[in-house]
Amino acid sequence: MFGNFTSVHLYYLVGAIGWTLLLSALAFVLGAIGGGAVMLARISERTWLRWLAVAYIECIQGIPLLILLFVVYYGLSVYGYSLPSLVAAGIAMMIYVSAYLGDIWRGCVQAMPRQQWEASECLAMSRWQTLRLVIIPQALRLSLPPTVGFMVQVIKMTSLASVIGFIELTRAGQIINNSIFQPFLIFGLVGLFYFALCYPLSRWSEAMERKLNVANR
Amino acid sequence: MSPIVSVKNVYKSFGPNQVLKGISFEVAKGEMIAIIGASGSGKSTALRCIDRLEKIDQGSIEVAGIRVDDPGVDLHRLRQEVGIVFQAYNLFLHLTVAENIMLALRHVKKQSRTEARQLALQVLEQVGLRQKADAYPEQLSGGQQQRVAIARSLAMSPKVMLFDEVTSALDPQLTGEVLRVMEDLAAGGMTMLLVTHEMAFAKRLANRIIYMHEGRVWETGPGSMLETPQTPELRVFLDNGL
Repeated sequence: MFGNFTSVHLYYLVGAIGWTLLLSALAFVLGAIGGGAVMLARISERTWLRWLAVAYIECIQGIPLLILLFVVYYGLSVYGYSLPSLVAAGIAMMIYVSAYLGDIWRGCVQAMPRQQWEASECLAMSRWQTLRLVIIPQALRLSLPPTVGFMVQVIKMTSLASVIGFIELTRAGQIINNSIFQPFLIFGLVGLFYFALCYPLSRWSEAMERKLNVANR
Repeated sequence: MSPIVSVKNVYKSFGPNQVLKGISFEVAKGEMIAIIGASGSGKSTALRCIDRLEKIDQGSIEVAGIRVDDPGVDLHRLRQEVGIVFQAYNLFLHLTVAENIMLALRHVKKQSRTEARQLALQVLEQVGLRQKADAYPEQLSGGQQQRVAIARSLAMSPKVMLFDEVTSALDPQLTGEVLRVMEDLAAGGMTMLLVTHEMAFAKRLANRIIYMHEGRVWETGPGSMLETPQTPELRVFLDNGL
């Protein structure tokens, strides 16, 4: 059944998991920083900033990640900025993730009762202090399940970076398949690896959601 | 002596709904004033306007020398002079009782952690909850949460304290423990303005009672006015309530 598939191929695949994880981490960390900024802009008291954030979210959510990858990788290289594929994928995913996380977190912050704002501001705390010390710490708890849930999406979406030549799990599978042509085995294995990464996170997200619902009941 | 709170001819609408139709009253230092009236009479709105949780349309409000109706009012200063306690307690659920009180002391009054903790314990002692300093709000009864909310406000040493139906969500026994705390505060000379449905409490302790009806100050007088209402509206209100 394993035919020409050897332990060398298996090591190669397992090694590629590291690159998938690295790109996921990069996308998540950079996306979280961007998402934080988008969230702040989205709830700002300045109308123009709010509109800018809305426009950004709507635009990015309406464009496939694949196209963002092409724009950053091929688009910029035409102007002489040829980026390593990891950097290009990191930037494209940061843009993509920030629009989603910004929107998720905006929802969590706005789900905090208005009375918490009032109570804090009536203690002479500024808007920024209120946000930082009262609202965000409480919204954080609420945001964990959807954030982890989105993390799962991010891990799976890193497979798209294979098309700009970044050798992560999917691309590694393609490379092996090109040499020994056993697609069912190889891509089955690749799928299994993705599942092993994502399933624990999904369960964790679900468990947190259950806990949260109990606490709110 | 000049009043510490002065409300003059204040109008306030929410959309087409005019809630305050030219109300005026004053509160002197050390006084306890109770505002009573049916729901929808504008009493909570009046209170919220004093702390500028609502902006007024017309008239003027002055608190401790600060013009509250001024568009550029220094909210940071105003809210150090005025404390407010809400019906729903509004404690910060992610912080312990002591941390709830320490938060503004540390970040607004810039006190050290030790200083703030000491003051927090002191005000908790005052409301009889020192032993709950490290509990979370969810572990307390409604009455205890409300006493913490009072302590939190008190710790900022405001010149005036506003109470917006602070016992309306509590059963009679818990109401009693909150009212006792308020009675102690009044005895200590705190200037207090409360919106309340506790007629007996208002009658016994308030220096003056303001009866509001349909957005106006309808009748005002000492506690005894509840026994001899001058207007038919107050008579009906008292009959329905008792």
